Amino acid sequence: MNLAMDTKEFYFTYAGAEAPTLKGIDMPIYANKVTALIGPSGCGKSTLLRSWNRIHDVYPGNKYEGEILLYHENGNEENILDYSKEDELIRLRQRVGMIFQKPTPFPMSIYDNIAYGLRLAGIKNRSELDGRVEQALKGSAIWNEVKDRLKQSAMGLSGGQQQRLCIARAVALKPQVLLFDEPTSALDPISTGAIEELVTELKEEVTVAIVTHNMQQASRVSDYTAFMYLGDLIEFDKTEKIFVNPKEKLTEEYITGRFG
Amino acid sequence: MFNRLFRLSSYSAATLVLVILAAIFGVLYYYARDAIHDFGFWHFITTSTWEVGEDDEGGVFGGLIPILGTLFSTGIAMLFAVPIAMGIAVFLTEISPEKLKAPVGIAIELLAAIPSIIYGMWGLFYFGPILQKLFGGQSNSLLTAGLVLGIMVIPFMAAISRDAINTTPSVLKESAYAMGATRFEVVKDVIFPYAKRGIIGSMILSLGRALGETMAVAFVIGGVFRFPHSLTQPTISIPVLLANNFAEAGDLELSAMFYMALILFGISFITITIAKFFFLKDQK
Repeated sequence: MNLAMDTKEFYFTYAGAEAPTLKGIDMPIYANKVTALIGPSGCGKSTLLRSWNRIHDVYPGNKYEGEILLYHENGNEENILDYSKEDELIRLRQRVGMIFQKPTPFPMSIYDNIAYGLRLAGIKNRSELDGRVEQALKGSAIWNEVKDRLKQSAMGLSGGQQQRLCIARAVALKPQVLLFDEPTSALDPISTGAIEELVTELKEEVTVAIVTHNMQQASRVSDYTAFMYLGDLIEFDKTEKIFVNPKEKLTEEYITGRFG
Repeated sequence: MFNRLFRLSSYSAATLVLVILAAIFGVLYYYARDAIHDFGFWHFITTSTWEVGEDDEGGVFGGLIPILGTLFSTGIAMLFAVPIAMGIAVFLTEISPEKLKAPVGIAIELLAAIPSIIYGMWGLFYFGPILQKLFGGQSNSLLTAGLVLGIMVIPFMAAISRDAINTTPSVLKESAYAMGATRFEVVKDVIFPYAKRGIIGSMILSLGRALGETMAVAFVIGGVFRFPHSLTQPTISIPVLLANNFAEAGDLELSAMFYMALILFGISFITITIAKFFFLKDQK
């Protein structure tokens, strides 16, 4: 099984905090699989997810310790915690994309929303842009709904469409890994279903890590599941093992709804 | 019952705005009608003399110089203030370390609250002479007036723009960073478009303030009825003309001054309408 990322002895401390929020996390992310992060609020699952593309660095003063390895397609690896220059972080974020809790279309047209990241990445050629935009929208199952109004503002789309647009925006950059931070928490059940279906389709192309509050969602979409509690990784295993036959008592109690 | 009362009072409060607007226009027009009749519109705004006739009767009054003085001083002020105010607003919201945000923010708000006459005195005694050393000409000049006006509106513009920029949801900024945007690109492509309404609003309010500012400008523009052939020469603006000449004006001059006030009213109205129309029309 190929690794996409590997987190080793990872500690994370927020700016101004005394104690680390994440304490010695060790967990792999396998390539072309969906890995779910579950756990009660405040367990650190979003903090961990947000470390994997170092989006924490947008705010000053946060501290990382340990290693987060990102594997290239040729098998070489880099510790993303070694990055310090802005352009290193930019390249990291182009390789490790992110989708947020709420749909975040930029205040521009549907086309420009997708083309934005591509232009930032230096693609200026009109026909290449057109092709990549269409490909990304098709890959995110939203092409048919928006193909006739690419020039209209993305703010006019429904919440579910906006979230798929945001996925398309991330997919357009052809990332290796996509991080989903509770992507359906602001959506209705039908839109949620569409996003979940999309997530399982996406793993043909990319590796997915998804934070979710919804255990059914984790069991539906993921191949691997990590259960976290109070900044510790309690258990990491194949999803069916976590849900059917967890090793840890704490995991079992959380899965069966006895706390959380 | 209470509902109807509430509705009625809220309605009448809103209507009052329109009534006041119409009343001010009406009064200005009423007192200006002699001058309008004597000089016409086109002739009045292209004439650069302001002379009282014999024995304070009649005379020739034209508004060209104060109109130009007002437009140029405001223009200089905006050219100077907009980039600096935007820089301050972006610094305070996106770049400044957490520790600096509060003190600098409070300082900006304090500056915004300083009465304009203080800016005028500072300009007259300190800033004007410096400009004179740097650029030659006179210390009381169109340039001094424009820059003092600009400095006066910077804190105001920066404070409102900062508040507008602060309304950008952090998750929206993060999603631009997550696509590989630099800080500058996030400011340019996400924050400015998102906060556009508030930022333009801050500029429009500042523009309105600069157009009508009397005290600060009266100190530093020179107050002479003369066409400025360069930026470093003194001239006069509409509000300064009105403030300086009201006390001893004859009938026709008074009417001409009401005409000037009407034109100032029109200039503010037109610039603000244009600004709203151009910059805010495609906002939902």
